[in-house]
Amino acid sequence: MKDKPMTKTIKGIAAPLPLANVDTDVIMPKRFLITITREGLGNGTFADLRFDTAGGQRQEFILNKAPWTQASILVVGDNFGCGSSREHAVWGLRQLGIDACIGTGFAGIFYDNARKNGLALPVVSPSTRDALLQFASDACGGEISIDLEKRTIAAGKLSEPFEMDDATQTSLIRGRDDTLDSLDYAGAIRDFEAGLNNEMRVSVLK
Amino acid sequence: MNRTLYDKLVDAHKVCDLPDGDMLIYVDFHIMNEYTSPQAFSGLDTKGLDVWRPEAHLAVVDHVNATRSSEPHDAASKLLIDNLQANCTKHGIAFYGLGDPRQGIEHVVVPEQGLVAPGMLIACGDSHTTTYGAYGALGFGIGTSEVEHVLATQTLRYKRMKTMRVTLNGETAPGVTAKDIIMKVVQVVGAGGANGFAVEFAGSAIRGLDMAGRMTVCNMAVELGARAALIAADDITERALQGHHHSGHCAFESETWVSDSEAVFDKEFTIAGAEIEPLITWGTSPDQSVPITANVPSKKNFVSPKAKAALERALQYMGLTEGQPAQSIKIDTAFIGSCTNSRIEDLREAAKILDGRKVADGVEAIVVPGSAMTRIKAEAEGLRAIFEAAGFEWRPEAGCSMCLAMNDDIAMDGERVASSTNRNFEGRQGRGARTHLMSPAMVAAAAVTGHLADVRDFK
Repeated sequence: MKDKPMTKTIKGIAAPLPLANVDTDVIMPKRFLITITREGLGNGTFADLRFDTAGGQRQEFILNKAPWTQASILVVGDNFGCGSSREHAVWGLRQLGIDACIGTGFAGIFYDNARKNGLALPVVSPSTRDALLQFASDACGGEISIDLEKRTIAAGKLSEPFEMDDATQTSLIRGRDDTLDSLDYAGAIRDFEAGLNNEMRVSVLK
Repeated sequence: MNRTLYDKLVDAHKVCDLPDGDMLIYVDFHIMNEYTSPQAFSGLDTKGLDVWRPEAHLAVVDHVNATRSSEPHDAASKLLIDNLQANCTKHGIAFYGLGDPRQGIEHVVVPEQGLVAPGMLIACGDSHTTTYGAYGALGFGIGTSEVEHVLATQTLRYKRMKTMRVTLNGETAPGVTAKDIIMKVVQVVGAGGANGFAVEFAGSAIRGLDMAGRMTVCNMAVELGARAALIAADDITERALQGHHHSGHCAFESETWVSDSEAVFDKEFTIAGAEIEPLITWGTSPDQSVPITANVPSKKNFVSPKAKAALERALQYMGLTEGQPAQSIKIDTAFIGSCTNSRIEDLREAAKILDGRKVADGVEAIVVPGSAMTRIKAEAEGLRAIFEAAGFEWRPEAGCSMCLAMNDDIAMDGERVASSTNRNFEGRQGRGARTHLMSPAMVAAAAVTGHLADVRDFK
């Protein structure tokens, strides 16, 4: 089965996380990376922000405060997800119940990883982002709604467009498996390889 | 004739367009490590898929291994290492594990083994795969789902990026290294300034760099958000390739791997090489840097409340006072290593500073050569003797070590590290650890003085 249920709208409580350059080391500290599975990463997500060194909750962190303990959307600062390629950061966000991060721009590898795991990353203008940050701070549990088909975000009286490339949009709505989809093009890949001369075919010494 | 080098590389590897706007691009060579590949292999298993072309992949152990010994330091890291080896054996993939004379940090090993050449497309589950742009090859980091994709199909889904050119004119002054050049670029363009762009580095200050320097520049280009970094192939590239081809392969000579003279870039930056000084980072993002002769910024340097708050947060984490002179920052630890700066050329530069000097009292100094081959070469040149006489701990095994602290080299809460690495993020080198990025020679200078110091003061 390549096709999964379609996701056209993402709706939920949004938490403001205005810091710029939140990197994947902060999203998923390295001590949670020593694993061969994708599971069990929810507790690692933002671990150093959520928990103190004794393991107690840091009350000042937004996701530890009601109503944002229920947040499924984050409104984030510039360049969210920069740094390491670790997909564990995205897996962890998903396991924490996050369905979307709204920001002005995301690091490239993080953006691609997000798409593969059904995490939507709508890109908005700085003024829209700031308005959504304000909404998320003030609304006390008010929901943000992201329409993936129309590429719009609704929050209270706000209704703003967002940017998302077509392939990512399709991928998020269909929830497809890229690997299986791409194997439909096996013939084209073989044709391409047939055009390579021997010197262009890497063969790594064992 | 108006194509950029980036566009030539993408065009040469395009398999076909896809209906949703992406394309499939062909990956000539793919590198794996032990921590971003396990779930890719289990994905193949779940879907019942084989590896499309096993000989086009190389797996290297580098991120989690101890560098004090060739034995894993704990059961969890052993599990990752053994898992990679088992997956490689099962699928017939080359594996350079602990104890293999070719083992080391992936981006140090690949050029050493002659596995990169102009015109290639190289992917790896590591963001610093931009390194290969130094050879006029298109290298970029991918996530684990994409590792699975390239294992199963030898391709990736790809969207063409915008292009940026950063031109570094003139020459840099003595004491200014490739590390300072790229740290300056990150400072000017900003930590996310090149998100969505492939960046080509040009200009005489780039042309004047050797391959090690070019690799340092392209390696850290990801810190400005560049998914790919490129430097046009030239005579220096050609010389580096001679006698260096892995089993006679990797001759991608069907194109000239330079941007056409009429090529237009979507964005351009120009920096005068002469204006670059040795830099250190003071904050928790790689673009938060100042010249070693300057002071840590003050709130009065910033206008927006957001910027003032960011400064305050970074200073608090770093345990610094606004306006404090950079050279007054005392260090606990000096670390030379990482895919950015652990090559033989880097070790030579640091050794020049350390020769006849001693590490300051109370400073722990560690050097981790980037690969087993680099270590052996350095030992033969007498560099190990210089480092050890100065009081540096010379690690017998290669790996990423304290750059990201996934092994047992973890800086303590509040520990301040002068580091030749690439990221000064909160918690990068250990929870609460404070990282200052700089060139390997500057790390050596900090080690012997006990505080951040100007390498140009050392004769």
